[in-house]
Amino acid sequence: MSITIEHLNKQFGSYRALNDINLEVNSGELIALLGPSGCGKTSLLRIIGGLDVADSGSLLFHGEDVQQRDARERNVGFVFQHYALFRHMTVFENVAFGLRVKPKKQRPSDAEIKRRVLELLSLVQLDWLADRYPAQLSGGQRQRIALARALAVEPKILLLDEPFGALDAQVRKELRRWLRRLHDELHITSIFVTHDQEEALEVADRVVVMNKGVIEQVGTPDEIYATPASPFVYQFIGNVNLFHSRDHAPWTGQHGDAVAYTRPHDIDISPIQQDATALPVEVKLVRAIGSVVRVEVATQNSSELIEIELSRERFELAPLANGDKVFIRPRQIRVFATGVPHELSAA
Amino acid sequence: MAQFKAHSVLPGFNLALGYTLLYLSLIVLVPLSALFFKTATLGWGGFWEVATSDRVLSALRVTFVTSFAAALVNVVFGLIVAWVLVRYRFFGKRVVDALVDLPFALPTAVAGITLATLYAPNGWIGQYFAAQDIKIAYTPLGIVVALTFIGLPFVVRTVQPVLEDVEAEVEEAAASLGAGRWAVFRRVIFPALYPALLTGFALAFARAIGEYGSVIFIAGNMPYISEIAPLLIVAKLEQYDYAGATAIAVLMLLISFGFLLTINALQWWTSRRGVR
Repeated sequence: MSITIEHLNKQFGSYRALNDINLEVNSGELIALLGPSGCGKTSLLRIIGGLDVADSGSLLFHGEDVQQRDARERNVGFVFQHYALFRHMTVFENVAFGLRVKPKKQRPSDAEIKRRVLELLSLVQLDWLADRYPAQLSGGQRQRIALARALAVEPKILLLDEPFGALDAQVRKELRRWLRRLHDELHITSIFVTHDQEEALEVADRVVVMNKGVIEQVGTPDEIYATPASPFVYQFIGNVNLFHSRDHAPWTGQHGDAVAYTRPHDIDISPIQQDATALPVEVKLVRAIGSVVRVEVATQNSSELIEIELSRERFELAPLANGDKVFIRPRQIRVFATGVPHELSAA
Repeated sequence: MAQFKAHSVLPGFNLALGYTLLYLSLIVLVPLSALFFKTATLGWGGFWEVATSDRVLSALRVTFVTSFAAALVNVVFGLIVAWVLVRYRFFGKRVVDALVDLPFALPTAVAGITLATLYAPNGWIGQYFAAQDIKIAYTPLGIVVALTFIGLPFVVRTVQPVLEDVEAEVEEAAASLGAGRWAVFRRVIFPALYPALLTGFALAFARAIGEYGSVIFIAGNMPYISEIAPLLIVAKLEQYDYAGATAIAVLMLLISFGFLLTINALQWWTSRRGVR
């Protein structure tokens, strides 16, 4: 089921949580809402799920306005960061809950409920835990049970609020791959909220980057990383070097006040001056981290460090040591002046 | 069976247990056993005579029935008060929160006199009931009112922290799964609150059974109708019938103990099959 959001606003007291949000989610898509805490991503998710009400704007599911519909009538599955499992019920009863509270006419028989619940539990690979209580499970298991519970009512839309936020790094990684696979199997329109850019880029079909109640950019993970639409997106996603026009005029162009961003792996290092734009620097630190070598350099009259990443292969061809005098030049740089981005390629 | 003395990283088991037993003996067991010794001077026949006299039986009935009713009322309305205090934010919430404890602090006689004045047939509240031919003050109904007043904090204060522990998210999860308000309450909230409600009920009930000060002013104290057992004890004391007074006390004690034991057993049973 597709979701259309138009001119949505939400205010909490004097705090503007959502400011004129427009978003189109296609049927069967897996979308990530990405942003720092307090950017409004969770508010947006809760409004879609019917747990909060927007002040103005429209929210359509498959072209139909659902704002007047209660959470219980929206047919939306919601997964919470802290699982929100029913503590006094077994895993089986937790998953069965959505089926048991259906109105009498639509309620499946006990045998049917049992079949469906066991099917869901084997989908999340936890059928052997049916008789346990939530307190006896690990965090990752609890979150999978919460997901099975949400799926039990066959929702048309699945909403996940920081689903892996409370888990440790290893389990997180495993579960997000698993979520991706599950989505590829079920094709439910899904939106998940996260503040972890790696998670968003790895799992989602499209990423919505939010900041201070505004959508900064919507795009595929690749677009978001390669062509950020604003300084915020540049800084929020991946590592970046920042140059002010007053210090680095040749790189930013003659734009008056401007800032330029370049990724650490988009900078060339050379022992000789390639052209007039090349910057003379001194190597301050060389550190090999796994497959890449991170080099920190600084210009003569500035203590600010510029970060450069080289592949190990590239580094071994021309090794560097602390104190080496070299020249750097960006392959890719993006300049933002008064909010309008200019693409410059120093080629 | 658990070991009598479990190994623990915390030192001082012997000292702590010894202190606990000594303290309990001094404060609880010695006075209570004195009660039994004094009663024993009556002999079985004397005790039986006191215990089965009509006046004592009806006083006990009034005490336990009104206490039970008041505790039930408190469970329902105490839950609502706790709910409002936990789930909503409103102007003057702190004041309301403090008001809940007032029945603890107010001298019970003051409460009794105030309630009696309010609920008397010509009182502020009583006059409206009197118009409907309902008499509150000087009847068992008045006793229930007084006992409800003094028992309220027990339910509110036991349920409040437990309710705070039930995250709003759990209710939201239930709602998004299609559960109506009633289903959310019955299947999600109530099971979580049930043990705390039971504790609150037991405390309010136990407090009501022993209550004297507030009740005697509103009860009217008519023998066989609105006379409570504690009043009968005082009456016997005034007639220097100490053994008779302690005999009623022993009866009350046994019945109360039976009730509280049942409630504890109920709680133990639900906690075993439920929340873990």
